[in-house]
Amino acid sequence: MAKSAPRAKSTTPPKTKSQAKPPGKALKSKTAAKVPAPTAVATSDRILRYYRDMLLIRRFEERVGQMYGMGLIGGFCHLYIGQEAVVVGLQAALGPEDQVITGYRDHGHMLAIGMEPKRVMAELTGRRDGYSKGKGGSMHMFSRAERFFGGHGIVGAPVPLGTGLAFAQRYQAGRGVTVCYFGDGASNQGQVYESFNMAELWKLPIIYVIENNQYAMGTSVKRASATVDLYRRGESFAIPGRQVDGMDVLAVRAAADEAVEWCRSGKGPMILEMKTYRYRGHSMSDPAKYRSREEVNKVRTEHDPIDQVRNRLLEGKLADEARLKAIDNEIREIVIAAAEFAQESPEPDVAELWTDVLEAI
Amino acid sequence: MSAAAEMVAEVTYRDACRMALRDALVRDTRVFLMGEDVGHYGGCYAVSKGLLEEFGPERIRDTPLSESGFTGIGIGAAMNGMRPIVEIMTVNFALLALDQIVNNAATIRHMSGGQFGVPLVIRMATGAGRQLAAQHSHSLEGWFAHVPGLKVLAPATIEDARGMLWTAIEDPDPVLIFEHVMLYNSGGPLAAGAGAVPIDKAAIRRAGQNVSLITYGGSLPKALKAAEELAGQGIEAEVVDLRTLRPLDDETICASVAKTRRAVIVDEGWCSGSLAAEISARIMEKVFWSLDAPVARVCSAEVPIPYPEHLEQAALPQVPAIVAAAKGVVG
Ligand SMILES: Cc1ncc(C[n+]2csc(CCOP(=O)(O)OP(=O)(O)O)c2C)c(N)n1
Ligand SMILES: [Mg+2]
Repeated sequence: MAKSAPRAKSTTPPKTKSQAKPPGKALKSKTAAKVPAPTAVATSDRILRYYRDMLLIRRFEERVGQMYGMGLIGGFCHLYIGQEAVVVGLQAALGPEDQVITGYRDHGHMLAIGMEPKRVMAELTGRRDGYSKGKGGSMHMFSRAERFFGGHGIVGAPVPLGTGLAFAQRYQAGRGVTVCYFGDGASNQGQVYESFNMAELWKLPIIYVIENNQYAMGTSVKRASATVDLYRRGESFAIPGRQVDGMDVLAVRAAADEAVEWCRSGKGPMILEMKTYRYRGHSMSDPAKYRSREEVNKVRTEHDPIDQVRNRLLEGKLADEARLKAIDNEIREIVIAAAEFAQESPEPDVAELWTDVLEAI
Repeated sequence: MSAAAEMVAEVTYRDACRMALRDALVRDTRVFLMGEDVGHYGGCYAVSKGLLEEFGPERIRDTPLSESGFTGIGIGAAMNGMRPIVEIMTVNFALLALDQIVNNAATIRHMSGGQFGVPLVIRMATGAGRQLAAQHSHSLEGWFAHVPGLKVLAPATIEDARGMLWTAIEDPDPVLIFEHVMLYNSGGPLAAGAGAVPIDKAAIRRAGQNVSLITYGGSLPKALKAAEELAGQGIEAEVVDLRTLRPLDDETICASVAKTRRAVIVDEGWCSGSLAAEISARIMEKVFWSLDAPVARVCSAEVPIPYPEHLEQAALPQVPAIVAAAKGVVG
């Protein structure tokens, strides 16, 4: 999945900083813009790929939910169902030199990057073959080989850490870009703004992706944020921002292309606010009493990211039912195999408790 | 004891915490509860469930994810006549507010020559046992117990969960209350008239004369269980529940050790630089000549707490280790 499809035509980044701007005058939404519906032309292959990748995440997460219910997975476990288009669209715009960091709702990110479903699942069951040898669990997984920097349980922490990743990229003068994901709730952490300032000051190649799924646990954005247009949160630092329909994988891809281009060309950070929605509770232990069933159903039936792509494929005659069925079957096999692998992998030895505390004692 | 006080109800530790909050909100209109998901969600450990409906959003205030910010706001409000209760979801996230707590709450009285106090209560969950791994499971209360200007409480019983909060609110200085996550579901009887309890005294939870098991919070049930087992083997352990981690009740600790002549400290924090280390030093300073054996400690393994259940349990103080340590010092 890490292979990036050919570039969609990217919109020209707007001029965001005018030297002539009078000091003290607020930067208005010149730096921040709501992005119109995508005009990106995508090939059928590419759309099929998105479909497949999103479906993998959906089915994987459904299975995780079941396994949690069966007691095979413990601790906190946050599902990504509903938000699949965000990581799939973004990842498609990345290349082998780019890297990713996120919070605890991380299963989808890892699958989109191309990390092995069976090893992600084995981490969830706390087994030896998991990405962190079982010691991290759902919230704390990493892959150096895939340039995935975690999996972090402290809300907001990926932002300064990700900014540091981008600092290193710039220092090493490579082409790489860091994609740093965090939530609407995390966007109220102070460390976010300290990071924004330094990222723009030092023109660091980082895309701040705010996954605005409308809730931080039970607190809706409206009850937590004085201003709810989170793509404008970088304005006072002159960081350009875009608001994107995060349920539409093509819109995400188009915005990602623009942002990657912006960062690669040395212009500094960009903020992408992805308007999205999580269908399940915050974690497995959340009955989600703070929102109505109608609200959830409305998104599910009218804006589901996978259904949207499915309809596009069928209506545009880019694929037929048989083709989609074959993809469904392929995904089912992968998920079943991952679940089996994760239950068969041995538990870590108790001696593992003492390893990896320091590199060497 | 009045008739009302004698009536007993079966409640959980969580219920007792909620009763204490409710009582404080009813008694004093200056009291308000502030924190992440304390309102609509009902608290991340369901402690404040129902309080929003009863007291409204002005007094049960959901905050953004801004631990440093809202803890600072609590400090400011306390300096300005309020009696805030700030809830931080867990001690792990309190580290984002460490600067507020250590540099501001703990110092303002001293720095202002006594002009301003910070009558603030900060509650938070602590401890491991729920497979939440290394960013949600640590026991860092000992760090806060290091700091002059703070009081640090660790209610381990239903009575203390019910009674410590009110005393803390009446206290003119910042008080931190640590609620161990594994205690919330524990149940027990609570007298209907149960109320405020002192916050400056340790308690003897079980009397004995052969060895003192000194502990607090989530380790108390383990120490009591160990004492039970030891009794079966002819060793009578005295269990000291610290209750207050700062200031430590040296008198009760030392009186127990002077009697039993042996001490085992059980502390879910890591051994190095721990509360257990401090208590051990005090025993050495004050009752060294009464000791028949070196002080022993049972602490968490010095590793980040891992995710798999068997590794997590292997990292924590457990009954067999406490029993073994006690037998070791009894000889
Ligand atoms: C510093 C810190 N505070 C609180 C928490 C508890 N917590 C975990 S997730 C979460 C909500 C975060 O919401 P958001 O950033 O919108 O991300 P989402 O869960 O919606 O993906 C909270 C409060 C935490 N893990 N870290
Ligand atoms: Mg959110």
